[in-house]
Amino acid sequence: MLQVLFDALSLGSLYALGALGIALIFGVMRLVNFAHGDVIAFAVFALLWPSVDAVAIVFAGKMPWFLLIPFILAVGAGLSVLSEVVVFRRFRHASPATMMIASFALGFVIRYFLLMLFSSRPKSISLLPALSQPVEVLGARMPLLQLITIVATLVMLTGLSVFVRRTRFGLEMRAAAENFTMARMLGVRANRVIMGAFALSGALAGAIAIILGSQTGTVDIQMGGAVMLMAFIATVIGGLGSLEGAVLAGFLIGAASVVMQTVLPPEARPFRDAFVYGAVILVLLFRPQGLIAARGTKERV
Amino acid sequence: MSLLAVSDVTIRYGRLTAVREVAFTLAEGEILFITGPNGAGKSSLMRAIAGVTPPAGGRIDFGGAEITGRAPEDIARMGLSMVPEGRDVFGSLSIEENLIVGTGMHTRERGWRVRAASALEEVYDTFPILKERRHSQAGLLSGGQQQMLVIGRALMTNPRLIAIDEPSLGLAPNITDQVYERLIGLRRHRKLTLLIVEQSSTRAMMVGGRMILMRGGQILLDGDAQAMGQSEALQAAYFGYAEGEH
Ligand SMILES: Nc1ncnc2c1ncn2[C@@H]1O[C@H](COP(=O)(O)OP(=O)(O)OP(=O)(O)O)[C@@H](O)[C@H]1O
Ligand SMILES: [Mg+2]
Repeated sequence: MLQVLFDALSLGSLYALGALGIALIFGVMRLVNFAHGDVIAFAVFALLWPSVDAVAIVFAGKMPWFLLIPFILAVGAGLSVLSEVVVFRRFRHASPATMMIASFALGFVIRYFLLMLFSSRPKSISLLPALSQPVEVLGARMPLLQLITIVATLVMLTGLSVFVRRTRFGLEMRAAAENFTMARMLGVRANRVIMGAFALSGALAGAIAIILGSQTGTVDIQMGGAVMLMAFIATVIGGLGSLEGAVLAGFLIGAASVVMQTVLPPEARPFRDAFVYGAVILVLLFRPQGLIAARGTKERV
Repeated sequence: MSLLAVSDVTIRYGRLTAVREVAFTLAEGEILFITGPNGAGKSSLMRAIAGVTPPAGGRIDFGGAEITGRAPEDIARMGLSMVPEGRDVFGSLSIEENLIVGTGMHTRERGWRVRAASALEEVYDTFPILKERRHSQAGLLSGGQQQMLVIGRALMTNPRLIAIDEPSLGLAPNITDQVYERLIGLRRHRKLTLLIVEQSSTRAMMVGGRMILMRGGQILLDGDAQAMGQSEALQAAYFGYAEGEH
């Protein structure tokens, strides 16, 4: 029973972090960033040295954890900010549909860039091996990694929440998310706020990359995609643009997936995701605005 | 020298020309009303001045520098504070947070918190109701309180000029009176320059000062509000519009 709870929390952590990354950018730009998954993949590959060999040449993955973590977070944030400056800034006045397509295109560019450097074969990597030993918590055995994932996610979420509520930058971001034009008329610098949102979102992508890399022990081009799909759904269910909603829905979807995995009869388990999507459709039928509706649908920039 | 100079400004939305070659200047310390019926192009002109929708033609100068086509945040930082039509409070933020957003321009200099605190005290002195409810959500305020909030918020940027688009919109006449009382008091104390948009010219005549009458994207009349009130030209320009206003 407790095991199910921990599984749900750790899967939910991934979805919540992913959903938050999408919601942050959507909030200030009304952009649904489909390249987010590829930013995650890029951050995972930053663990390796570029090579098309089957055997991974570990690069950043060999660093001690106190260097590794900031490095991967910075890689995610850096790529994310770069994509804003190089690509999305040019689409700021475009329609949401145009921006979405631009984000798809950017995602493909990142993915093919990785393919070129690393080939499409998944590579195995032993990242932070110390974390795979089991620990006992409240009578349930689980890998240390799972515990750290949950705790680290909660710490990040709390930190982000304090940041958004208590700092000058967080205030500007909340104001901009609600009515960007009005915020600008009060002197809030559009570029700074948007770049900040991209940096935070990218750092979250980096965090997901570290968790995925150490959980699965592989580096795979597909890695960001699967998490992203669920995370994207979580942002919609949570209420597009609502940060609390994204986190809540991320954990709910994680929980739903894990619970279905245990309660469904074995022959139905391969179709678990179909049940999850079914639940999603039901939620949207009854609450089309999402669980926590975001304020401010005023035009962006 | 004039604080604000609008020269031959034209504003288009696609093929629709909302404002056609409008020109006027506003001197430091002056109060100017822009009035005119629905669709006259008043709000379009305000948005162009604030940098939100850059004009298709003409130029705008503020404080001796050209601001045509500059970003809204740059224009705000130069001391031109816009209170748009419909007020636009940040409904999910608290009243105090709404106010503090406006002090963003001081982040460069250290100690914005101190500066924000003193600016806050000043705004709270003018609008005690905001202090009373400082921690409640701005979206829960009444229309009149929201109007006070957005005026206070505009003050937080420490502006030279405040431009307000229809402060009386949706307010009961006695609440509008209160709002104007504060505005006029502020103008006196802070030597603020005011640019106020209203549909009706009644208020301009009550308050006094200069008035521009717009219609169909053009300026029809420009002169002293009270003098204009006596003339028949105004009635003709409105086509009887002035009836039924407060
Ligand atoms: N965003 C927009 N897109 C297209 N047309 C617009 C837009 N905003 C205003 N218009 C048009 O421009 C003209 C002028 O509108 P504007 O809002 O500036 O008038 P106004 O004088 O402020 O009117 P009101 O007194 O009703 O506020 C109108 O014909 C209006 O329909
Ligand atoms: Mg208007």
